[in-house]
Amino acid sequence: MGSNMAEAHPVGFQWVMEAKEKGATVIHVDPRFTRTSALCDLHVPLRAGSDICFLGGVVNYIFEHDLAFRDYVAAYTNASFIVHRDFADTEDLDGLFSGYDEATASYDRSSWQYEHEGDGGTLAEPSAREHAAGHSHGSGGARLEGGSGPIRRDPTLEHPRCVYQLVKRHFARYTPEMVAEVCGTPLEQFLKVCAAWTSASGRERTAAVVYAVGWTQHTTGAQLIRTAAIIQLLLGNMGRPGGGIMAMRGHASIQGSTDIPTLFNLLPGYLPMPSVETGRDLATYLEAVTADRQKGFWRNADAYFVSLLKEYFGERASAENDFGFDWLPRTSGDHGTYRSVMDMVDGKVFGYFLLGQNPAIGSAHGRLQRLGLANLDWLVVRDLTMIESATFFLDAPEVATGEIVPGACRTEVFFFPAAAHTEKAGTFTQTQRMVQWRDQAVEPTGDQRSELWFFYHLGRKIKALVADSAEERDEPLRALWWDYAVVGDEPQADDVLRRINGSDEHTGRLLEGYGELKADGSTSCGCWIYSGVFAGGVNQAARRTPASAEDPYALAWGWAWPANRRILYNRASADPSGRPWSATKACVWWDEERQEWVGRDVPDFEKSKAPSYVAPPNAVGPEALDGDDPFIMQADGKGWLMAPNGLEDGPLPTHYEPHESPVRNALYAQQANPTRRVYPRADNPSNPAPPERHGEVFPFVLTTARLTEHHTAGAMSRTLSYLAELQPALTVEVSPELARLRHLEHLGFAHVITSRAAIEARVVVTDRMVPLVVQDEVVHQVWMPYHFGARGLVTGDAVNDLFGISLDPNVFIQETKAATCDIRPGRRPSGNALAELLARYRARAGITTETGARFDTAVAPGGAAGERRP
Amino acid sequence: MRIAPNSLFGPVEDVAGQAGHGEHPPRMGFFTDTSICIGCKACEVACKEWNGVPEDGMNLLGMSMDNTGGLGASSWRHVAFIEQPRRLAGSDAGIAGLPVGPSGAQATAAIVESALRRAPRGGGELGTSAFAPDHVPEVPVAEGPERMDFRWLMLSDVCKHCTHAGCLDVCPTGALVRSEFGTVVVQQDICNGCGYCVSACPFGVIDRRPGDGRAHKCTLCYDRLRGGLEPACAKACPTDSIQYGELDVLRDRATARLETLRERGVVEARLYGEDPRDGVGGFGAFFLLLDEPAVYGLPNAPVVASRDLPAMWKAAGVAALGLFAAALSAFMEPREP
Repeated sequence: MGSNMAEAHPVGFQWVMEAKEKGATVIHVDPRFTRTSALCDLHVPLRAGSDICFLGGVVNYIFEHDLAFRDYVAAYTNASFIVHRDFADTEDLDGLFSGYDEATASYDRSSWQYEHEGDGGTLAEPSAREHAAGHSHGSGGARLEGGSGPIRRDPTLEHPRCVYQLVKRHFARYTPEMVAEVCGTPLEQFLKVCAAWTSASGRERTAAVVYAVGWTQHTTGAQLIRTAAIIQLLLGNMGRPGGGIMAMRGHASIQGSTDIPTLFNLLPGYLPMPSVETGRDLATYLEAVTADRQKGFWRNADAYFVSLLKEYFGERASAENDFGFDWLPRTSGDHGTYRSVMDMVDGKVFGYFLLGQNPAIGSAHGRLQRLGLANLDWLVVRDLTMIESATFFLDAPEVATGEIVPGACRTEVFFFPAAAHTEKAGTFTQTQRMVQWRDQAVEPTGDQRSELWFFYHLGRKIKALVADSAEERDEPLRALWWDYAVVGDEPQADDVLRRINGSDEHTGRLLEGYGELKADGSTSCGCWIYSGVFAGGVNQAARRTPASAEDPYALAWGWAWPANRRILYNRASADPSGRPWSATKACVWWDEERQEWVGRDVPDFEKSKAPSYVAPPNAVGPEALDGDDPFIMQADGKGWLMAPNGLEDGPLPTHYEPHESPVRNALYAQQANPTRRVYPRADNPSNPAPPERHGEVFPFVLTTARLTEHHTAGAMSRTLSYLAELQPALTVEVSPELARLRHLEHLGFAHVITSRAAIEARVVVTDRMVPLVVQDEVVHQVWMPYHFGARGLVTGDAVNDLFGISLDPNVFIQETKAATCDIRPGRRPSGNALAELLARYRARAGITTETGARFDTAVAPGGAAGERRP
Repeated sequence: MRIAPNSLFGPVEDVAGQAGHGEHPPRMGFFTDTSICIGCKACEVACKEWNGVPEDGMNLLGMSMDNTGGLGASSWRHVAFIEQPRRLAGSDAGIAGLPVGPSGAQATAAIVESALRRAPRGGGELGTSAFAPDHVPEVPVAEGPERMDFRWLMLSDVCKHCTHAGCLDVCPTGALVRSEFGTVVVQQDICNGCGYCVSACPFGVIDRRPGDGRAHKCTLCYDRLRGGLEPACAKACPTDSIQYGELDVLRDRATARLETLRERGVVEARLYGEDPRDGVGGFGAFFLLLDEPAVYGLPNAPVVASRDLPAMWKAAGVAALGLFAAALSAFMEPREP
């Protein structure tokens, strides 16, 4: 679901085909019938943006038919935990949870917390309630108020406020009929999915879920994946072979670029970036990260963080100066890519680096992206080819409309040709967290240089510039340790990997794993989860022993973080007493004789902690984990059916309509995610969605995806003849029914219109697209690939120009997988005529900056309060 | 000169030996299993990369996901996509119960056909290759007014490396040869561009390249085979839809695969070109299909043009004898006084 794996990840899809050959049932739930669907046992259509309802329907089916893997759920999830009495569900508040504040479009999460033994039902201290934005948590380490103290629980799962009952009640109205009404999925098809999925559960069987950006790129993206996690936990499919939830990444090593991130809110290893609140001093920061009485390995974040500072600042980092903590920047809010673009337009950003990214084509609201780029002092672009984001001042559509004037554009662009992956050594980290080393195959030609070369020398030069500076602001740069091994002028990637692995500061010995990290400054480590990748002085990522019959986990092929574990939380593959749930699904187990965890994979558990271990009352950190707490990074050691903390938009996933939707939310008065990020600006208009009027101006659902033949924004495929000839033009796929409705002809031109843009494409009429019935209305969907732009061997309009900026509140990802549009035959106008066309559409739809900006939709505009159902 | 049995038609035990190779490796070939093809076209790209085959035109053909159109001088692998408003055994397209009307396939096919003709593509102007009407995939019409089901077939087509290769049989320069692996290879330095091979191929595979004039087609990566490597397309195929190996082994594997699919109820599965008794003596590169060959743009019963050569020679011989007799009789006849 949310993935077109055969087309977007064809190499990985071989394993799906292999599983199918071995008898697995493969189901593809997708708005379109794709090359993936063609190879599946079952294709199930649904309306783009209705996935939470669909998955919520599966949750409800599990409860209705009592199909949960009860032993697993009772032991390994938070099902039995009692939630605070002040908690109110969406069932009580018609689509909102308790704690909502419309003025800030955010929640106070204190009423979502567990009850603790002896806390008398009072809410947590105000300090614990302070608003911590979702982006500030770092990893799954959302802290838990009250820590690991004795949480009140009901092992019978009968208490009305236990998580099990709350989840059951929350999803009770997600019936198969509701799914059919909201998603447009025929009832029978939905029930087939439920039957197949729930039968792959229990001791002997598991099911795996694969998703990609079809799930993430929504204003409800994080919650969408949470819904799948709830199902997988209820069915006992987490931490077990053949189970889990697999995120298909958008690029090679996108996993790596979040592990050692290029994100504003994270430091390596998912440590949160210090903010102005948490960044007062090291102690405050660490307190915020680890919390007082927290269970689990996240409690040791002090060791991970101090070792990171030692890696950054070397000998300059000491206990006396908080290991250089004050040299780190602080976040003061959202500094994500979309916020930055609007700040560029508003003249608040002066310089920008683009590395392997082509936002003029690849990011939502292309026009805003380009206007932002055109309002900088300088822009550095490093790419394999000359991309639209480097040439926007010459060939952007805004040049045609006069919004960007080539001779007058103030941005100075520096283009640096980049070396390709074959031209440099380094690692890729794939979706299963496996780090794989690759050698350099050929020397780069001309001025092409590796990323490592660029940043090493940039750092070196900047350090030289500030070497004699007396300015305090230059101190972080002066303190930065920057002494990597260099051959010729090329810094050595394996030396960087050694620094990432970490070493003993006194002896220089490379560390064996993160268990050796210390918070006293005696170890350094560039990324704690990668510690062990150079264990024994050997580049573990370069190992290439393929799987054999004896070793299906191929533990000597590459290296997976953490500690070369291939299945995370694999303690859950054994029952509470430490025996495998079944012989066929055995992964790790407790060896009574040796008194340790053994198995086929590296156990994701303290090796010698017996299943019967019960933590002493006041224990914290790993010591506080019981012998049957498999989710060792969670603050309570359990899989979270309900998330008392860590999410901006509710402790349970809830079906909200996309920011732009043709229909009213059939489940609640609350239409869309009440905490989604919207930016009501004149240059970021939204199409109206119910209960707003005039949604009929943009009657169709628009969704986008990739083609096998092209890669993302096209720089790597539109420029290559062998790929470009395979998909030489931008197309828009429509069903024969929509083609008849709008008089569209196969291979003829059509233009697709939103309140932001109108773009043209060649029409592909295909039976692969089907209309759906949603709330008794026929809903048509329109699909486009987003690879095209102004440059290359084949060109076309930029599909992302159609989208506005509305974001998921947790991770600030844009909603580009579900919007509304109109489609008309013929080519689009250009220049002023295009601007006039868009203005007419906006006028017809009554669009103002207020459109789409209202959060609480329980009250009709201008209507009396109190419409919300009790 | 001694002519071996079945040198022009029928099964041949040792195709390389018959071509004069003494010690030679076993006959190598492809088994393309379309039931696991995901239509990624990695085979097309890998083939072009390895063999330095040029670009073949930036034309949107709109044949489903296929913008290659067919095999030709500059497309040695071609992935065909066939959209049909009918069910694939064992799978469910999820269309039942939706507000659908008639299939769009019929109208689409008509537009595609004209797009194909217009597309300026390598070899097209020579009047050869895939642009003959019988190579446009047949599109079955939906039975009722509403489309009830859907399936999407994909096939990576390639030179068949026939046991009796028409192209090789008619080549006057010896540019086309049978390799020691039993494959059929064009030697570009010998080809004089006469084009006889183009019309002799029952599949429309081989073609001349514009601006070059010489014939080009799949070599089964002869250079890679010599180096002990599998052909580029098979190497790149992520799902092993394209399998390379000893032809005998592949035939056994294909028979077993067919049986498995039939057991699973995929009754439409069939092998194409694995039978040495067919019109070209069996393919060196054969297929498992999920419909009639014609649906994929392949001839249902291909026949090598040279099959009829012996009979033609015989007929020609009789005719020659007749002429001779007539001529002789002319001399024998007493002249008019």
